[in-house]
Amino acid sequence: MSALRRPLPGWVEIGLLPLANIALAFLVVSVIVAIIGVDPLHALRLLVLGALGSSESIGYTLYYATNFIFTGLAVAVAFHAGLFNIGGEGQAYIGGLGCGLAVLALDRYLPGLLMIPLAILASAAFGAAWAAIPAWMQAWRGSHIVITTIMFNFVASALMVYLMVNVLIAPGSMTPQSRGFGASAQVPSMQAALQWIGIAVAPSALNLSLLLALLSCVGVWIFLWHTPWGYGLRTMGHNPEAALYAGTNLKRTTMLAMCLSGALAGGVAVNELLGVHHRLVLDFAAGYGFTGIAVALMGRGHPLGIVLAALLFGALQQGGAELAFESPRITREMVVVIQGLVILFSGALVHLPRPWLQALFARRG
Amino acid sequence: MQELTADAAIELRGIDKSFGSVHAVRGVSVRIERGSITGIVGENGAGKSTLMSILYGLYRADAGEILVDGRPVEMASPRDAIGHGIGMVHQHFMLVDSFTVLENLVLGAEGGALLARGLAAARTELARLARDYGLTVDPDARVADLSVGEQQRVEILKVLLRGARILILDEPSAVLTPQETDRLLQILRVLRDRGVTVVLITHKLREILAVTEKVIVMRRGEVVAERRTADTNAEDLAELMVGRKVRFDLDKAPARKGETLLAARHLSLVDGRGVRLLDDISLEVKAGEIVGIAGVSGNGQTELLQVLSGIRPPSGGEFEACGRKVDATHPVDPAEMRDLGVAHVPEDRLRQGLVPAFLASETSILGYQDREPFCHNYILDGPAVGKYCADLMERFDVRPRTPGLLSSSFSGGNQQKLILAREMARDPKVLLVGQPTRGVDIGAIEFIRRELVRSRDAGCAVLVVSVELEEILSLADRILVMFAGRIVGEVAAGQADERTLGLMMAGARAA
Ligand SMILES: Nc1ncnc2c1ncn2[C@@H]1O[C@H](COP(=O)(O)OP(=O)(O)OP(=O)(O)O)[C@@H](O)[C@H]1O
Ligand SMILES: [Mg+2]
Repeated sequence: MSALRRPLPGWVEIGLLPLANIALAFLVVSVIVAIIGVDPLHALRLLVLGALGSSESIGYTLYYATNFIFTGLAVAVAFHAGLFNIGGEGQAYIGGLGCGLAVLALDRYLPGLLMIPLAILASAAFGAAWAAIPAWMQAWRGSHIVITTIMFNFVASALMVYLMVNVLIAPGSMTPQSRGFGASAQVPSMQAALQWIGIAVAPSALNLSLLLALLSCVGVWIFLWHTPWGYGLRTMGHNPEAALYAGTNLKRTTMLAMCLSGALAGGVAVNELLGVHHRLVLDFAAGYGFTGIAVALMGRGHPLGIVLAALLFGALQQGGAELAFESPRITREMVVVIQGLVILFSGALVHLPRPWLQALFARRG
Repeated sequence: MQELTADAAIELRGIDKSFGSVHAVRGVSVRIERGSITGIVGENGAGKSTLMSILYGLYRADAGEILVDGRPVEMASPRDAIGHGIGMVHQHFMLVDSFTVLENLVLGAEGGALLARGLAAARTELARLARDYGLTVDPDARVADLSVGEQQRVEILKVLLRGARILILDEPSAVLTPQETDRLLQILRVLRDRGVTVVLITHKLREILAVTEKVIVMRRGEVVAERRTADTNAEDLAELMVGRKVRFDLDKAPARKGETLLAARHLSLVDGRGVRLLDDISLEVKAGEIVGIAGVSGNGQTELLQVLSGIRPPSGGEFEACGRKVDATHPVDPAEMRDLGVAHVPEDRLRQGLVPAFLASETSILGYQDREPFCHNYILDGPAVGKYCADLMERFDVRPRTPGLLSSSFSGGNQQKLILAREMARDPKVLLVGQPTRGVDIGAIEFIRRELVRSRDAGCAVLVVSVELEEILSLADRILVMFAGRIVGEVAAGQADERTLGLMMAGARAA
């Protein structure tokens, strides 16, 4: 068999290649930062300190990472089935609708121990349902899932604006947001949880949803690599004909993969609504769905890699915000450019350093 | 000796290559003479493809040198190889189906910004090649509409157009019908006469004996013999390859038939465009017999296997397998067929039989992933799967015996053995087999055929589809011939001969 792409040792592929990608991205970033007249090393220091300098900044980094883990997993699960789910954004948004509806209807009657799991289930179920429609259209009608999931992001956005402005808005409120959630529907903040076991940290948006995200990682790992359904799903992703031969129902597996993907995207609603805003608001999912694609790519579709990539993007998000705040010449837009470059180098140009690494390892390979 | 070296188009010296713990090529030194056809034979996994991939710059050797025209050269990529006039025709074609032949030929060498100029130049070149080498293909035909043999000719043309004087072909005939193979061999002879140096890897000794001047025999990564073709014969080569005597005849007792396990009645299959792929097929396979289906590929054999294994529902008629009736309104899926005891070795191992990106252990349970002992309480039992795979590898002599290796890292023949092992290991009642020995070495062919007969003797109903007439003749107790989606004749094994079967396969006695 001829392999056109020569293999690299496993640890180089998983460990060194992404590092090389990030290093390249930062190299280009330094050049740009230097051009606008800021010392790159100083900027880097601000970025790192902003992301990891205090328990508060670490808290925010982890809070962003939580969202990225959910959307990264969502993209990865679909991707293992050979499906490109661009709709994480919309699925997270509609997941929020499910979450909000459940809480607004029941938070007065149920204790937290019932309310929170129910709200989580509602987020997952609504996210899954929003992904199920494009999945169904692809499996039975042949509409391409990339197109339909993108369109469904817009539909979700329009639907939410309509509902928030006309239906779910709190009576008497001037901004389109629902009434506040009752105490039984609030996921405890990490600060409160840690205080309870005697550790003091600064308050931040980080809440216990992070644990749910990590549990989801374990769940996805078990599902994909240790269950027959995960096996069938991966078979379909690699080789639909082999899946057909093996007796895997392609339509059903498409539905399964997308529903799971949508449910995972719904996790963003848990982190944002139950954990931070404590009410249903507009645009809470903005950007997370798309960055999830980069997270999944960079994490090579593996939960462990996704956690690491999510940490990186969380740090960029938090550190970038601090950087923009501290350094007047670097605007918010600049920070987006930096993130974009990291995505570019670890996504689209992921194979760029490969020849160099190959040259390095060819003699030993 | 010195002038001999000057005559070598290519010389490999001490080439060595390992993949992790697998030592694929061990210090190989060979010389390929200019303007000759050199054959390379050897068992599955002997290192033939790896050696040629090194020559073509796909892999880098751990040690050794490559000399082209007596000068040492660096082969870091196929681009270098092409630069030195070396071209390779891959077993799976790398053509764009929806492009025309001409468009495919200029792909990657468009000749500047103006595509039209490149196309015009290619057209002239093509005409010249057609004249010089007798390689005729309609330049404006779409690749999708060409036969496999014609597509292969396009691949060869592609390589020649890039100026190759040295042509490597890795198992080119594995996908060809016997007639197309004859055409190919004829083309190779013409190329040689025009000064092209050809290296031919094949498992079919008939082809080696027909066209080569020299044969190189590899075993376990080493060159174990080099022979002038004129001084050797099939038995000799087979023994050199395998390291023991190989028996070409399969002695088997007469079939002891039992009840009918698979019966089809008036099966038909019509595709979306209304083409009849299967037309009024009726057949029976009894426990304890091997029924062979002969035919030129593309006459409905593939579709017949798809229908009988539950991958595609029939359009009309019905069939019964192990007591389960199937027709258009009562379809069945492949998982249920497996439950019934129907196993299926698919024709196309890379597209259907395995997932190249899966580990061998994962491939060894494809289709059985939700069954005991691999899966309890909805969780796969990794260690049990690994052990199962190791057992299969032991029983079917799959090399290397590494369940943790990617399926794509196995040589073609070893992939085939792993798939056969998977399907035969669970003692099926009915065994559907497509091209059982495609791309498999002689020793393994002998082994696989014996295993099929053993299954038969254990009471399995075996249906074998093969385009190799010789295979059908040696295996089958009863032979059906397919032509244009129909069964056009049935012959008992004793009364069959290649000539009458060949005539039927060509549709001469269409019923
Ligand atoms: N990319 C790879 N990674 C690991 N092992 C490999 C790889 N490619 C080949 N091998 C191993 O190297 C050995 C030689 O393989 P190769 O494909 O050269 O055999 P071959 O002689 O062409 O066999 P066949 O006749 O079956 O095609 C085999 O044991 C194979 O498993
Ligand atoms: Mg090979």
